[in-house]
Amino acid sequence: MAGLMAGFGHYTHAIVRGIPASLAKEALRTNQAEVDLDKARTEHDAYVQVLRTRLGLEVVELPADESLPDCVFVEDAAVVCGDTALITRPGAESRRRETEAMKEALTDLNMNIVEIADENATLDGGDVLFTGREFFVGLSKRTNQRGAEILADAFKDYAVSTVPVLEGLHLKSFCSMGGPGLIVIGSSDPAQKALKIMQQMSDHRYDKLTVPDDLAANCIYMNLPNKGHVLLHCTTDEFPESVKVFEKLKDHMLIPVSNLEKVKLDGALTCCSVLINKKKHNN
Amino acid sequence: MTTEASSETEVKENAEESAAQPDQSEKATRETQEVLNTEEEDKEKGKVKEKEGKGISRYLPTWLKKQKSLSQTSPTKETPPTEEPTSKVTEEEEVSAPEVNGHAEEAEEKEEVKSEPVKEKEVESNSNGSADTEPAKEEKLEESVQTTPEENKETTKEEDVAEEEKKGQEQETQAEAEVQEGDGQTSIFQSPFRLVRKPKMKVVVCHVTLLDGTDFSCEVEKRANGQYLFFKVCEHLNLLEKDYFGLTYKDTHDEKCWLDPMKEIKRQIRSNNWQFSFNVKFYPPDPSLLTEDITRYLLCLQLRDDVASGRLPCSFVTHALLGSYTLQAEFGDQEPDQPRPLDFISQQTFAPNQSKEMEEKILELHKSHKGMTPAQADIQFLENAKKLSMYGVDLHRAKDSEGVDIMLGVCANGLLVYKDRLRINRFAWPKILKISYKRNNFYIKIRPGETEQFESTVGFKLQNHRSAKRLWKVCVENHSFFRLNAPEPPTKARFLTLGSKFRYSGRTQAQTRMASSLIDRPAPNFERTSSKRISRSLDGAPVISITEAGRDMTENGHDPNLELQSDSKSQMRVHGDNIYVRHSNLMLEDHDKTQEEVLKHQASISQLKRSFMEAPPPSPPQPSQWEKRLTSSPASTIRVQQQQVSLEEEIASVLLSRHAGLSASEASCSIPDLTLGAAVTTSSAATPEPLELLLSTPPTLSSTEVSVPQMETASADNVISDTKEPAKTTEVEIEETVVIQEVSKATKAGNVTVTSNSPAGPPAEQESSEQKVRSDEEVVVVEEANQTRQESVSSESESEEEAEYHPNVTTSISNTQIPEEKEEEDKLEGEEEGEEMEPEVPAAPAPSLPAEISQPAEETPQEEEEPRKETEEGMKDEVEEKQGDPETEESTDDPMLTPDETPKSFVPPEVEEEEQEEPKVNGEASAVDAEPRPHGICCSELPVVKTEMVTISDTFAAQKTEIATKEVPIVHTETKTITYEAAQLDGNGEGEPGVLMTAQTITSESLCTTTTTHITKTLKGGLSETRIEKRIVITGDCDIDHDQS
Repeated sequence: MAGLMAGFGHYTHAIVRGIPASLAKEALRTNQAEVDLDKARTEHDAYVQVLRTRLGLEVVELPADESLPDCVFVEDAAVVCGDTALITRPGAESRRRETEAMKEALTDLNMNIVEIADENATLDGGDVLFTGREFFVGLSKRTNQRGAEILADAFKDYAVSTVPVLEGLHLKSFCSMGGPGLIVIGSSDPAQKALKIMQQMSDHRYDKLTVPDDLAANCIYMNLPNKGHVLLHCTTDEFPESVKVFEKLKDHMLIPVSNLEKVKLDGALTCCSVLINKKKHNN
Repeated sequence: MTTEASSETEVKENAEESAAQPDQSEKATRETQEVLNTEEEDKEKGKVKEKEGKGISRYLPTWLKKQKSLSQTSPTKETPPTEEPTSKVTEEEEVSAPEVNGHAEEAEEKEEVKSEPVKEKEVESNSNGSADTEPAKEEKLEESVQTTPEENKETTKEEDVAEEEKKGQEQETQAEAEVQEGDGQTSIFQSPFRLVRKPKMKVVVCHVTLLDGTDFSCEVEKRANGQYLFFKVCEHLNLLEKDYFGLTYKDTHDEKCWLDPMKEIKRQIRSNNWQFSFNVKFYPPDPSLLTEDITRYLLCLQLRDDVASGRLPCSFVTHALLGSYTLQAEFGDQEPDQPRPLDFISQQTFAPNQSKEMEEKILELHKSHKGMTPAQADIQFLENAKKLSMYGVDLHRAKDSEGVDIMLGVCANGLLVYKDRLRINRFAWPKILKISYKRNNFYIKIRPGETEQFESTVGFKLQNHRSAKRLWKVCVENHSFFRLNAPEPPTKARFLTLGSKFRYSGRTQAQTRMASSLIDRPAPNFERTSSKRISRSLDGAPVISITEAGRDMTENGHDPNLELQSDSKSQMRVHGDNIYVRHSNLMLEDHDKTQEEVLKHQASISQLKRSFMEAPPPSPPQPSQWEKRLTSSPASTIRVQQQQVSLEEEIASVLLSRHAGLSASEASCSIPDLTLGAAVTTSSAATPEPLELLLSTPPTLSSTEVSVPQMETASADNVISDTKEPAKTTEVEIEETVVIQEVSKATKAGNVTVTSNSPAGPPAEQESSEQKVRSDEEVVVVEEANQTRQESVSSESESEEEAEYHPNVTTSISNTQIPEEKEEEDKLEGEEEGEEMEPEVPAAPAPSLPAEISQPAEETPQEEEEPRKETEEGMKDEVEEKQGDPETEESTDDPMLTPDETPKSFVPPEVEEEEQEEPKVNGEASAVDAEPRPHGICCSELPVVKTEMVTISDTFAAQKTEIATKEVPIVHTETKTITYEAAQLDGNGEGEPGVLMTAQTITSESLCTTTTTHITKTLKGGLSETRIEKRIVITGDCDIDHDQS
């Protein structure tokens, strides 16, 4: 046992899911936009390849379910921290069943499964920001107080603070972790306000990396053996100014990942995978 | 006695029996005791002591016999008054003493009289000694013999002479502290009333549940205060780093309360139930910084209970991990051949809902810890436990303004608000300007954010008034412990007798770390037993019995013991090489003595001051009033509060009218550049106006007044605490400047004059120089101010601003004055200054030289004590005010306002104040122990040093300027610089510690206290707010985390 809260960013496994054909037409979205299914699938394949090939993670790929158009965004279905996996209860009714396959996969990985039985609770994984020392849970259209309470119950070791999400779909629609103690945050007022709340609520100090585009603030940080700090972030095609900011992170291995199509469905980089750190002795 | 002592060792029982049944054969019992003692002593000290003890006993017999006879006869009398079964044993002692006294008067008045006082002292010392087993050994050749063996049994460590000496020193210190505390008692005894009152000296048996689940019982004078018992317990535990711990008792509503060390026990426990628990009071954020394994072990015991009971929630995995470390620490490596059966583990409680699965996991993890020593396992346990989000969080049930159930969590970093398990808000100490409670409402005033102009007050409803007060006290203590370099001095009853002014009276984390760094005893041996499994204490029980026996013995042979003890004490002191011990002594030492000594040292200055005091000028009273408002807004009584309100209103109006001009003037004033007296006068004129208005003194007078405060400060610096006063004044001014520019200007003017010597940056230096020059006049002024302050206590309302200034002066003049300021400061600092303070504190801790550092530390402790008292008074006042008048609450808020003040006013002044206080403390300490060696304990620095400190404070006021102390020791200067930085931080960052970080580089170990008093008035009509803040920052050697905010 490495002990509590050790090894932030250490991951061995990733759970992803295929894109159903229903994504283009039926997936939930806040903005009306035409989604090119093929492009989306190409993007997603590239994304998975980065995880599997470039980063060497063991990727568990769940099959797409046509009845679940949003199922590719697996992040919302589970919150995994340490050996514990909380199966969420997504705020969108149409997405509730996404958790079934996720639970199965996590069970297969020998995780301690915690489920939400309270039917008044809603929780989207996209509203959960784990900093390595504590949780911030965005209270959004998809996540309510009760859901946050259950998350706090599931992860008793950590402080769980709530952050109102005034704009955007999820808390992580405008922020994410860029490293240990480094919060990448968008420059919009709601994002900045949320950051201030998080800073006020925390006993720990966080550095912030402000990027011009809120959507660009969603990136994936990992700390991998032989690779050190790894950051998957947006491409220059999408947010050139934000990429310039990321490029200031000299200690990070920067991997631009295109997300042009999924972003139309409010899908950010973190949305498409559940990252897990499984100790070897745990099978 | 016997019944209670049954748990104790046989020795105790014997002693008790003998005492209880003197008829049987006191001599025989004595002999047996002696034999036992001798045997025990042989183990430890050798035969020499035995001989001595025997010889003593032989000599003693007359007294002892008489006493015994008396005790035998009198028991009935004694018992009725005590009414407490536990007190029987104590009664015996008491009875013996009183009886002896009575008999002595009759039969041998002279001898008895002499001996009685001695006995009384001895008794106290014995009690202390009993608490402190070690001293007993040395001192109590005869009596202590019994105790010593027991002690030996208890602590194998004692074998080390060094340890014994240390302990003895500690005991001495404790004894001193106790003596101080019990001065009233001693005086009473010594006085002709002895006979009458001695019977009152009843002993009560206290039962303390220790962290390992064992019960420690010891005798305590019924009038003993909490500290006495606490020290006894710590002695029993062989615990040096005791500042993280405390004693709890259950009030009449079965709610846990912390035993106030400064108050009599019997006045806190209402049900006459002398049952206590020894608990961790302040959870060190980083246990790895603790010096001794035994401290970590005790913390582990507490945390194991916290975890097992669910108070400290943690996940399954963490439960298992912590449990595995517990197993490793208590049982060592798991033997693969003989795996512990599951039922063995299931007998232990690791978690509220312990499952077989968890137990299996614990065993599994236990295997992986092979080779880990118990100490290492404890460290790993703590390293994981400290990361838990609820580690060290003290939860209190409350409701928010909308009646929603929430939990308020007090911790090292501030106040947390939980709804269910979710953290819904957090108020870091630096963000909190004021903490108050009124009835069952608990309020915190929040520093305005960057974009906000007004501070906001957040209110919570608690279950009842007691809950609100308990929460408030916990907040005050946690803030003081974790945020301040030195505790705010509780106001002494001398000057301020109004209301209860609760303040944290112990050492702050910074101070205790400093003290811990000086621990040089070999690691004490102690047994680890699982609290749940083995309820029998390893060391405790025998030790307890020993202590009791020792006490009994001492009781029997009070006279010889007294003599011996006195000798031993003196020897111990002399021997006392341990800085730590001295430090503790200093902490415990009465301020009076120190003050007196300081005064002596400062002879010329003090004389001047005295003359001034005799004829205090009119102006000083005003400052005193201000001080009261600012510092003692809490302390001030309702009257004061009302007056303050009126004053505040007036001030506010004045300030409002003058703010524009004043602000400008303040700016100028704030700049150290103003070195010319003319500038000062101008500034004073500007700032003084408000004062004048309040005082109704002409502008010229105001200017003079302003100058006077400055002078006072300068004088204070010159003397010992003069600097502090100026600093305070400066701080006050600063704060005032925040709200009331006038005041700030005045202080600034003073600074400016000081700066004449050294321009801008070095206002402090200038002040110091000026102080030197001014010393005579200034001192006088300061004294006057002090006097006025004291006098004005009743009429605080009139001259709040001035009072603030004066408090500093007064503090410099007299400890009490300082404490007052400190109190105010504490309040302010606690909330507002807390943030700023922290940075400052870190800087202070930086002190490069340990010796230097130690000196400051010593100073700080003394100062702290006084300040604490003052602060306590102030707190009480605040409480009263809060309860009584909203306005008073505002006044309390004022301290909280410090942030505003800080930005407006210069933090440096506060720093100066702190420094001044420290010098005072030093002076006090010097009075007690002029030698600088006892760094930790007290500063034995000469008055010059104090002046130096003052100068430093001035420099702090200058913030930017380096300390130009004339004769000040390097250390002092360092601390000053540190404080300045801190002050800067306060002022600049409005609480942002970033600047402070730089200050940290300055490794000054000396402690600086800054007190800030804020007076805020809100006029509904114009929404005008007048705020006066006084800050006293005490920067100790202890390291304060700048990062902590």
